[in-house]
Amino acid sequence: MSDPFGLNRHIILPGPLKLDGGTALAPVEIAYETYGTLNAEASNAILICHALTGDQHVASNHSITGKPGWWTRMVGPGKPVDTDRFCVISSNVIGGCMGSSGPQSVGPDGRPYGMDFPVITISDMVRAQAMLLDHLGIAQLYSVIGGSMGGMQALSWAANFPARVASAIVIASTARHSAQNIAFHEVGRQAIMADPNWREGRYLEDGKSPDAGLAVARMAAHITYLSEQGLTEKFGRRLQNRDVKTFGFDADFQVESYLRHQGLSFTDRFDANSYLYITRATDYFDLAEEHGGHLANAFKGCNARFCVISFDSDWLYPTSESRNIVHALNASGAPVSFVELSSPFGHDSFFLELPALDRVIDGFLKAGGL
Amino acid sequence: MSALRPDLAIIAREVAPASRILDVGCGDGALMAALRDGKQVDARGMELDRANVTECVARGLSVIQGNADTDLADYPDAAFDYAILSQTLQTTMRPDLVLEQLLRIGKHAFVSFPNFAHWRVRLSLLWGGRMPVTRLLPVAWYETPNIHHVTIDDFRALVKERGIRVDGAWFLSGDRLTSDAAANFRAEHAVFLLSR
Repeated sequence: MSDPFGLNRHIILPGPLKLDGGTALAPVEIAYETYGTLNAEASNAILICHALTGDQHVASNHSITGKPGWWTRMVGPGKPVDTDRFCVISSNVIGGCMGSSGPQSVGPDGRPYGMDFPVITISDMVRAQAMLLDHLGIAQLYSVIGGSMGGMQALSWAANFPARVASAIVIASTARHSAQNIAFHEVGRQAIMADPNWREGRYLEDGKSPDAGLAVARMAAHITYLSEQGLTEKFGRRLQNRDVKTFGFDADFQVESYLRHQGLSFTDRFDANSYLYITRATDYFDLAEEHGGHLANAFKGCNARFCVISFDSDWLYPTSESRNIVHALNASGAPVSFVELSSPFGHDSFFLELPALDRVIDGFLKAGGL
Repeated sequence: MSALRPDLAIIAREVAPASRILDVGCGDGALMAALRDGKQVDARGMELDRANVTECVARGLSVIQGNADTDLADYPDAAFDYAILSQTLQTTMRPDLVLEQLLRIGKHAFVSFPNFAHWRVRLSLLWGGRMPVTRLLPVAWYETPNIHHVTIDDFRALVKERGIRVDGAWFLSGDRLTSDAAANFRAEHAVFLLSR
């Protein structure tokens, strides 16, 4: 058997993975990577959960685009998530399109699942990750870390596997999707489904994918990841490679050109059906609902330390959502740290240069003893 | 614990080992760190200032960014052995309500505050006719965070009126303890240990 640790790993587990929707998934494919070395007691494992359109390439070059991993500034030797001290694991969520089971996977009839893939939830993603940890021989995580949708997974980990989580870092996230969050996602889904190439999700067989729809979905979503101040500073009303307006519908403005580029390049690396499934999973997320309507109940029996971080310019998952989590953790008596960091970059701040974030994560992790 | 501010040193000395505390307005976390390291105390903190919170979390303390006036309501009853409010009471919107919250979530409460009736303050107001700027109250009236100046006798009257028990009181002039007698005149600073 090949080494289960290292970059670009892929495992097919027999399952079945029971799903919240009532069905089950078998087998379960998981694409993942590990960085650093698991110690003899298997006590130094950190799971990093990726965001909506992220993937397992946290600190390695992306297998399609060749670009550096999405959190190289946080994860690596001597970085706050120090791979000299910790064994870091990151996996592509189920429903994803980077090698884990998803709508692109081959279904029982020998064709790609497409829309026959079962609708999955954040808890389902987490249960799949737990199966991966079983496979790797990791009983308890030193920490589980995630931003945005990754933060939802971190919360779900603490709530559903309390014995397996010693600490959790939840960044720019929420314990439930708001009406506004769902609304933006629905715009994206409708853009994909309105693309004639989508064909009820059966586009993989004839090779013409709904790129236009997926690009529009990405453009709309991308606006929610930035702040108005960030957009104004970056683009203002400046024109793109021209001195005067064209009185047409070209990308006259720099911000239009930027969004079009974001949309187009996204279609090179992401699958439209995966986008439907993963946005659905986040829309269904409501941790309190899963625990009798009281968020504090979700954390009963949980001995983990928590670190909750928000950004003052994030209007997608604003500070009030983080405070909601903190209130529940306080009510349940959990040791929790919470800080709202100042950053002009909006929701995406956690990817970007922010020294205070590094210091908070570094200090919080060191306080766990390793 | 030698580097602690005098009022914090008293609190650090009096807190029982291995107890659970909430330090409201914990600043840079000096008291929490001393209690954690010296007495194995399970210490939690709340602090308004973002930079201070970042500093606390970076040194491994469990501190949340929050406001004493609004965020104490989230904690269950008797969640802590001690709720501590040092040099923060006079900065809150409703000190009386904050005090009630402290005694709800803590079995005991430590409250420390600068005494506005100290003789230097009185003299300054009497002879200068201006709002006092002293060693413990170093900021001019228009920019001070102290929006509810309080004297030791004011505080005694409040706890008496609310039926709160005083289990201990310490009065400081500089870093030296002074007697109960004439504390309202002679003490720059007071520390009270309270319970219901």
